[in-house]
Amino acid sequence: MKNLDSKYDVLVVGAGILGAFVSRELSKYDLKVGLIEAHNDVGNGCSGANSAIIHSGYDPAPGTLKAKFNALANPMWDEIADELDIDFTRKGSLTVALYDEQVPLLKELIERSNKNGIPTKLLTPEEVKELEPNISPKVKAALYAPTAGIIDPFNAVVNVIENAVDNGVELLLNNKVLSIKKENDYFIVGTNKNEFKTNIVINCAGVHSDQIAAMIEPIDWKTTPRRGEYFVLDHFLDGFVNHTIFPMPSEKGKGILITPTTSNNYLLGPSSELIDDYDDVSTDKPTLDKVKAQILDMVPSVPLNKVIRVFSGNRPTTTRHDFIIEYAKTDNHFINVAGIESPGFVCAPAIAEYVVKELVNKVCSLIENKNYNPRIRKHIRLNKMGHEEKVEYIKNNPDFGRIICNCERVSLGEIKDALSRNAAPTTVKGIKKRCRAGFGLCQGGFCQSKVVEILADYYNISPLDVLYDDEGSNILLKKIKEGK
Amino acid sequence: MRTVDLVVIGGGSAGMAAALQARKEGIHDILILEKEDSLGGILTQCIHNGFGLTEFKEELTGPEYLQRFVDQVITEKIPYECGAQVLDLSKDKVISYSKDGKFETLKAKAVVMATGCYERSAGAIQTPGDRCSGIITAGAAQKYCNIKGYMVGKRVVILGSGDIGLIMARRLNLEGAKVICVSEIMPYSAGLNRNIQQCLKDYDIPLYLSRSVSRTIGKDRLEKVILSAVDEKMNFIPGTEMEIECDTLVLSVGLIPYISLLNNVDCPTSSTKGAVVNNYMETMIDGIFSCGNCLHVHDVVDFVTDEGRTAGHGAALYLQKRIHKENDIKTIAGNGVSYIVPQFINKNADENITLKLRVRKPLKDQWVMIKSGDNLIQKIYKSAVIPSEMLLINLSKDKLAQITDNLTIQLEDK
Repeated sequence: MKNLDSKYDVLVVGAGILGAFVSRELSKYDLKVGLIEAHNDVGNGCSGANSAIIHSGYDPAPGTLKAKFNALANPMWDEIADELDIDFTRKGSLTVALYDEQVPLLKELIERSNKNGIPTKLLTPEEVKELEPNISPKVKAALYAPTAGIIDPFNAVVNVIENAVDNGVELLLNNKVLSIKKENDYFIVGTNKNEFKTNIVINCAGVHSDQIAAMIEPIDWKTTPRRGEYFVLDHFLDGFVNHTIFPMPSEKGKGILITPTTSNNYLLGPSSELIDDYDDVSTDKPTLDKVKAQILDMVPSVPLNKVIRVFSGNRPTTTRHDFIIEYAKTDNHFINVAGIESPGFVCAPAIAEYVVKELVNKVCSLIENKNYNPRIRKHIRLNKMGHEEKVEYIKNNPDFGRIICNCERVSLGEIKDALSRNAAPTTVKGIKKRCRAGFGLCQGGFCQSKVVEILADYYNISPLDVLYDDEGSNILLKKIKEGK
Repeated sequence: MRTVDLVVIGGGSAGMAAALQARKEGIHDILILEKEDSLGGILTQCIHNGFGLTEFKEELTGPEYLQRFVDQVITEKIPYECGAQVLDLSKDKVISYSKDGKFETLKAKAVVMATGCYERSAGAIQTPGDRCSGIITAGAAQKYCNIKGYMVGKRVVILGSGDIGLIMARRLNLEGAKVICVSEIMPYSAGLNRNIQQCLKDYDIPLYLSRSVSRTIGKDRLEKVILSAVDEKMNFIPGTEMEIECDTLVLSVGLIPYISLLNNVDCPTSSTKGAVVNNYMETMIDGIFSCGNCLHVHDVVDFVTDEGRTAGHGAALYLQKRIHKENDIKTIAGNGVSYIVPQFINKNADENITLKLRVRKPLKDQWVMIKSGDNLIQKIYKSAVIPSEMLLINLSKDKLAQITDNLTIQLEDK
């Protein structure tokens, strides 16, 4: 299928958190926008495999783009979370000094936070222990940053893109960009499936952004993926830790943290290893053992028998060590948004505003989209309802009483609601990310077969064709008694 | 709010036995809440035979075994609701549950927890490597195979030699898959000897001991696994890697009591990961009983049924205010014993009590010594003991009368 006839004004490459906010920002204007993604779902790269933190912004070196956008973006998230119905809580973060020699460094961090304009406070060991009873007794001091928050990263990406698509953006999944050529005054973007014409390309391809950028001109930077491996702990006790707790930062990053999540789990990680394969998100025992050891140093009583999942994600570090947000050298209709490693997630909405208002605006006239609606349809949250309200709601909406995932208490109604939205899930992992079915203690052991049936029914396909994730990730290989 | 005398959470073998026993002892107002669409629990998918040897003195399939109890539940007109997921259980036994079109909160005077167990997942054991499709727990594979009619793989490696893993090795093999091997991290199998014979040896499926998966490799679907030998500390030994091409890794790496409902009631748990109970199967929370695989994982369903009856009996006594509340004797797992259920015995129980225990590792020629303080109450000779076979010890009323102090059970070499 060739789409050469229809030309986009802007094609955004990569449906992670950056591509999501950039395309949503573009949807505020009368533009034909395509959001192109190699994978079978949105948010499948680094945006779905990170620490799920909205960083306060004290840490980046003053004067960097990281510092600038972090300070700008952090306050934006309350409104975004409200408009887009994303779980987000300002829990605050603690950066803890466990050893005497770290205390002076903590004071340097305070100076840095002052330069970045981020409110922080130095806490005494007693104050830290009061806030975090499970912290190591050897704690010497901590930097408290009240504006740091925790977020549901999966639904953040999904909901931003749902909203962008509600407002007219076309989502083009399973299109891996293989070539970009300039022809006359437009680009031809060739994928494994299609060719698309577009006036402007915005490269938000995460770890792959150097490959995309190099399709139109030689570049002087390169992605050096840094893998981060994590543990997920099951729900076991609210308030085991109450803040995102960081160790002292180093040149490798902000270090191995422990944080509560919006789903009442706890996340431990990430490690930090440079790797060669951009798509290698495997985990390995020696690295995870190191993560364990460092967490135990900070929070000695962490119950490692509550681990339900390990995962890893690749940070799109580049050889420039700061965000790259600029026109391509030879073409101002090609915009690189690259190297958006931590604190990239929090920065995404501010970067998107800058990209559209400062960069796109200069090469394309922006006319307001009068139909733009910043809100998505609210999700039904039964746990926020009173008893009578819940009885009545389930009576009128029977599917919400039918529990599919026992561990995370996910109803058929919630899954059908996700399926009925724009940027809908088509895979088992897509449902897991949006609804949490399969996210819990049994990791889908009980509910996966039910989710497969729901997807097969909804899309009117055979369960054999239901995918776990990308194309080729089928769960079932043949029917019994079918023969070879 | 509706009040029910006895709510049984879970309509599998344990739950049905508990409800039937309570009814037999005069409890009329009972409600079984079952999350699936039919009664029966995990046995609905266990279509192999070998069930009922103790209970019925004959060999039945899982569905045949459970149907005998479903029939009794129906004959006895015990109320049950299927598709009903309990969402919340409080200390004062207020239960919220939901099903199609219905959300209800009710007050139970007594509760029997019979919620079964779940399988340890690849995430829980932190399997190194890629997290692609084609890595599945044995029970989930069994459900796809026996209930849904689909094969999860064509070339299969099985990790863990628990009974479901062994059963699935045979099952997938019979359905045309190539089952390449079973790999067990321990130096001995976690399954019953009869299953090693009937599921592996009879089909020439190799069992590798002291070996585990050191890496899963696959982009979208599993392509291969690396099996490595492990040392005594379970660390992989470099240089022992075996690379095996396969599309599926089936995990049978442990079953764990599924008791997240007890999270909100501060219920003490034991090393079985189930609740601490006394000889009536009453947990440390007044009027909440527990039995079956949500208390400790059994190897034979007949024992689950029996334990369900004990819990049903206890619940009946509780409702009739005839239960003894003093948990005066503690059972202590001594040398070589990994756990004992129940953890407490009531001396005045005035009935025979069965103690269930597991040993830590396979041993030959052992005395099972049962001591009250320093007094030997009983000793039983066993020519061989293995962790996968639960030991049952019956304490008669006479023996119970001799007990004055905490009860220790330990192994001694003959």
